[in-house]
Amino acid sequence: MSAQVETRHAAPTQNEESSESLLQIRGLKKRFSLSGDFLEQLRFKGGKLVRHQEHVHAINGVNLDIKRGEALCVVGESGCGKSTVARTVMGLLTPTEGEIRYDGQRIDNLSSRQLLPYRKRMQMIFQNPYASLNPRMTIQQTLEEPLRLHHPDWNREKILDKVQDVMGSVGIDPDWGKRFGHEFSGGQRQRIAIARALAVDPEFIVADEPISALDVSIQAQVLNLLMEAQQARNLTYLFITHDLAVVEHFGTRVAVMYLGTVCEVATTATLFAKPRHPYTQALLSAIPRLKDDRPQHIRLTGEVPTPVNLPSGCVFHGRCPYANARCHQEIPTLQTQDDGTRVACHAVEEGRL
Amino acid sequence: MALLEVSQLDVRFALRQGEVRALRDVNFTLERGERLGIVGESGAGKSVAAFSLLNLIAKPGFIAGGSIKFEGQTLNTMSERGLRKIRGNRISMIFQDPMMTLNPVLSIGEQMVECLKAHRRISTKEARAIALDKLQQVQIPSPETRLDQYPHELSGGMRQRIIIAIALLLDPDIIIADEPTTALDVTIQAEIMALLLELCEQHNVGLILITHDLGVVSQVTQRMLVMYAGRVIEQGLTREIINDPQHPYTQGLINALPQMATPGEKLNQIRGSMPSLSNLPSGCAFHPRCDFINRADGQPRPACTQQVPEFVESGNCRVACHMVAEMLEDRRLKEETQ
Repeated sequence: MSAQVETRHAAPTQNEESSESLLQIRGLKKRFSLSGDFLEQLRFKGGKLVRHQEHVHAINGVNLDIKRGEALCVVGESGCGKSTVARTVMGLLTPTEGEIRYDGQRIDNLSSRQLLPYRKRMQMIFQNPYASLNPRMTIQQTLEEPLRLHHPDWNREKILDKVQDVMGSVGIDPDWGKRFGHEFSGGQRQRIAIARALAVDPEFIVADEPISALDVSIQAQVLNLLMEAQQARNLTYLFITHDLAVVEHFGTRVAVMYLGTVCEVATTATLFAKPRHPYTQALLSAIPRLKDDRPQHIRLTGEVPTPVNLPSGCVFHGRCPYANARCHQEIPTLQTQDDGTRVACHAVEEGRL
Repeated sequence: MALLEVSQLDVRFALRQGEVRALRDVNFTLERGERLGIVGESGAGKSVAAFSLLNLIAKPGFIAGGSIKFEGQTLNTMSERGLRKIRGNRISMIFQDPMMTLNPVLSIGEQMVECLKAHRRISTKEARAIALDKLQQVQIPSPETRLDQYPHELSGGMRQRIIIAIALLLDPDIIIADEPTTALDVTIQAEIMALLLELCEQHNVGLILITHDLGVVSQVTQRMLVMYAGRVIEQGLTREIINDPQHPYTQGLINALPQMATPGEKLNQIRGSMPSLSNLPSGCAFHPRCDFINRADGQPRPACTQQVPEFVESGNCRVACHMVAEMLEDRRLKEETQ
């Protein structure tokens, strides 16, 4: 016993981290082909027939750990690959490279049959509740479906009981069961989508922009519901959003993504108090706050480059006010700082920033 | 005389199920160079308000009453011919989705020249020069090449800059911007908002900004209207409303923002959701969601459920709420007895 403890202590931090993390993402890459099938890839070039392929580099080497019971928020602007990360974690997309481990077990290479027990433990909530509910199923059917799939041995009463139970826990009126998705407002639909995710008692929930499509007063309702569910069920969240105000309120830790790479990972309090990466600083300064008149936001030049032809070196160098020659050539890696924040930036590493 | 004066605006939609009142009792003025925000959630009627200002409400909607006066001319009774001289020329609009507003089969230059030539007697060459100047003003990199590009070749932020350039083409007096940054990312949103603000100040253009984002309104506008279920429920100076909202809905909306709560604590939500316009609750439309329908002594206030609240003046703000009216009345009585 004591020997075991000893080895644990001696082991590098990497293992220490993995022992408590529920989900590990290692070197994750995902490319999408833009070139169509083989025949469409053929081009004439200099009198020769050559095969020409183009890819969208959606994720380029992401390493993340999600600890049990925390809410890890992934923030970034559109096209930064945050939704691709969510979908790859859920097994809805197959990674091009890299590993995803859930509770120590590699899950990215499993067949869908082998994945079934994991699907019960991890569930997903989508952005648009208008598209994620089957329009031809009643709410009752929608909520029963995952139970029937994951508990084939349950009898009808047990399933009905469970549906009642989960409806109660998210504040859905039991009378709604007979109605269809289109009869409800956006906030109500998102409640139903959350109920569906919670029906099989998962321990891990991936929420991809769950409140972005909702009105302000409804956003608060749904966010409260997600937080209550987390406390009551000890859930772990991977929360994808572009809204930093929500992150500040909801997240335990934050990962900031830019163009398919993670540029900063920190606890929420640290990130908001002391953003290190120039992109994080710009992002934070851009939040429209209620109570300052003339905000001093950092103006970035240019726009996000296309993920088809990635910039060399640091992906952010084209818009970064601190970029130098090294940033143009060398890709920065995540470096752990004194307070545990991990930043991928040459300027931070060299102490220029 | 104010530049734009809207009084008792009443917009209805004649539907098969009956008439729906999409907008009622909307009153406001806009001075030259002033910036006004219209805030509300989806379905509150803020876009209908924007469209009706230029008489752009499509059938089955129509303006049933009230007046919109621009420099003394009544826009809602004006002929199409007369309106065409004002739309785009004196009052221009910026819409939410830049891809939907730009014509995909015309180059940026063609669209801008077309717009200029429709309103002014100038040569294509002169028009192109003006277009180029406006593109430079919105800080588009290499404006010369942009003139010959098509909308699909540009990014979202770039397209919205072009839209702003087009809105400014004819040096209008007022720009109506309907959720101009909602489709954009935060960093781009901040840039576009800063640009719009700068240009409005520089050219002394009035801005009517329609948005659901209280943060944007508080940073950009001087006065604001808060709308709920087709009515204005609170209006006044932006700073005062943000710092000290009077109407329970405005209070709820501001308090529901994550930035107003301690991280990790429960957010102050408003229960329920906005009623549909075809099925409005009796009395104050907000009463089923309101926490203040009871008097201080715990007794329900009958007016809330029976009577549509009138506007009362509270400081520099106007509020449509029975509770606020009662409080003001109490205060007045107390002062009188003293």
